[in-house]
Amino acid sequence: MKLSALAERRIIYSVLFVAVALPLIFPIGWTTEVSEYTRMAYQLIESTPEDKVVIISFDYDPSTMTELQPMSEAMIEHAFKKNHKVIATALWPMGVQMAEQAFSKVLLDYPEKTRGEDFVNLGYKVGGMVTIQAMGRSLPEVFPKDTQNTPFEEIPMLKNVRRLKDVAYISSLSSGVPGIKEWMMVARDNYQVPVTGGCTAVSAPGFFPYVNEQRQLYGLLGGLKGASEYESLIGRLGSATTKMDAQSIAHLLILIFIATGNIKAYKAKRRKKS
Amino acid sequence: MKRSLPLIFAFVVGVIVLLSEFIPHRPFNQIVSTLEQWFMIISGFAILLGQISLIRMNTHKIYHRLPDWQYHLAGLLSFAMMLIFGLLWGMQETPGLLGSGAGIAAQLGSKPFDYLFTNAYMPLSATLFSLLAFFIASAAYRAFIIRGFESNLLMITAVIVIIGRTSIGTMLTGWLPESLEFWHIPNLADFIMEYPNSAAQRAILISAGLGIVGSSLRIILGIERSYLGGDK
Amino acid sequence: MIQFMNVFGIWLAAFFTISIFSFLYKDNPFYKFSEQVFVGLSAAYWLVYIIYSIMIPNLFAKLIADFSGNAILLIPATLGVMMLMRLHPRTQWLSRFPIAIMIGTTAGISMLRYMKSDILEQVTATMINPFAAPDTAGVIGNLLLIIGTITGVFFFYFSKKQDGIFKVPSKIGIYFLMISFGATFGYTVMARISLLIGRLEFLLKDWLHIIQ
Repeated sequence: MKLSALAERRIIYSVLFVAVALPLIFPIGWTTEVSEYTRMAYQLIESTPEDKVVIISFDYDPSTMTELQPMSEAMIEHAFKKNHKVIATALWPMGVQMAEQAFSKVLLDYPEKTRGEDFVNLGYKVGGMVTIQAMGRSLPEVFPKDTQNTPFEEIPMLKNVRRLKDVAYISSLSSGVPGIKEWMMVARDNYQVPVTGGCTAVSAPGFFPYVNEQRQLYGLLGGLKGASEYESLIGRLGSATTKMDAQSIAHLLILIFIATGNIKAYKAKRRKKS
Repeated sequence: MKRSLPLIFAFVVGVIVLLSEFIPHRPFNQIVSTLEQWFMIISGFAILLGQISLIRMNTHKIYHRLPDWQYHLAGLLSFAMMLIFGLLWGMQETPGLLGSGAGIAAQLGSKPFDYLFTNAYMPLSATLFSLLAFFIASAAYRAFIIRGFESNLLMITAVIVIIGRTSIGTMLTGWLPESLEFWHIPNLADFIMEYPNSAAQRAILISAGLGIVGSSLRIILGIERSYLGGDK
Repeated sequence: MIQFMNVFGIWLAAFFTISIFSFLYKDNPFYKFSEQVFVGLSAAYWLVYIIYSIMIPNLFAKLIADFSGNAILLIPATLGVMMLMRLHPRTQWLSRFPIAIMIGTTAGISMLRYMKSDILEQVTATMINPFAAPDTAGVIGNLLLIIGTITGVFFFYFSKKQDGIFKVPSKIGIYFLMISFGATFGYTVMARISLLIGRLEFLLKDWLHIIQ
């Protein structure tokens, strides 16, 4: 039976839809292994002393939230566990809303953490690399107020924070430009502040050269897998872990598609020859 | 004057930024700090320009009843609704012109701007991008075909990484003894990412970096002028 | 009321989700409608945030609080207005000045940052002793890292024709690039599937309550 290209495509779409939905309905509970890159990011946060001020930058929008939101929540939770004081910033305007959503979720488990004392959302600033460079000179110049319109000087946890060098580490959750690369180029390479974070799986291979001996990036969480690894390291059964079954089954299906496509191409080639 | 003065501006600004790196003292650091603040404000206006252009284009299509004008009208209305909600009552923690709209927020569960963001913008944005999953599945079937040694390399690596990044890889070779742990698929995937992949990506970074440095220099020196647009 | 609005919100989200998915069958009015709504909401979102996050705190609030002390901000404000002049053909040329300042600043900063992060630091990271690794896999990996980087850069060197003996390193560079593209494909599959999982989770959990 010969199927048209359109029919083939629709079959592929339907099979993929079902293959992803089934493990979500009937979870299997498979486990995954933690990669060295994720462990490195975890170690940086784990080894940072209590009461240090840190930056978590929300450089993404809802299009990639399935991958990056679990990372944000896990990193905020880890920072809260270690009693770090978290500054949220955003190089993407949608990041501000993503930050608020992540905080409200983590705060359910940490109701004692208060805005201004333990965390603050400084909001969005346009300009990418140039703006990060400006943060290196003066944070209050770039962020005169937080998202509640409280002046920078009146935020208790920012009493001793004037510029990027005053934060212990920067973690950027990034889905493109500007994002973790810009943070690394300016904050790490220019101001020597350790930079870690996570990115979408698409961009992860391009960032691995930065996880080098000089530690341009202090580890990296790549996609949903990275998020689930981080969740397992901090002992949190988060949304990334529960989605990994569906991810595994879908990967298997893609391999089947590749194999079927190749068999079909091979057969067509033989037919042509004969 | 209309072309040469902007070129001089770009040259002076570029040179000052470069000098400030090597002479991080007054007046250069102060000038660059000021430039960075200006950059942020001008960028804000640039985005404003983009939004105005978009509204103009949509209005033009609606006014002249061009094909699909009804959809553009829907776009314009949703734009107006989100903008008005945002300006009047603000978003999340930020108050708007009429304050924080506690009364409306109590009815909706959140501010109107946030309500639209969560229930319309978020699903639209996430679903639009999730369509790519179907397209990549189709591409895997139709285009990922072995044709020679190089495509073989590409295929083998892709397969190892696809398996290695999931629980299936862990299960498939989890039984291997410790002496053969290198061949455990997740370890193999990690090895590929850490060494050959990093090597190739590093080559791309270095080469592209050289290109960026070169083109930046061309812009500063006024050799590259395409950003100035036409002669009008 | 709040209960109703919650449910309505979820149904609205489900409507938009399914409307976008309907494109997989074929282009249709629901998809076109949702697509334009997305464009409209997105543009308004950007605009609102530009006003509340940049224009007010970094420009207008500073000018209102201390006009004489911040009078210098009138320069970027004027440049910003000149940028808007681009909308009219007769005043379009005025926008070249703010663009030139932005381009000049970006070019200067990019040149410095890329030189350090993507050239010097990457070359440093490649200048390693391959035999210092603790195990054989590490030594082989380090050798591959060095060879792959050098041959990869060689492949991208277009100023000289790559034939004869020069073809060999170039070819090896291509092999490394192919391995990297394969790995990137694997990661791309992972990313795209994740996005779909997110949407299906919404439909099955928040909308249909099939999963907990």
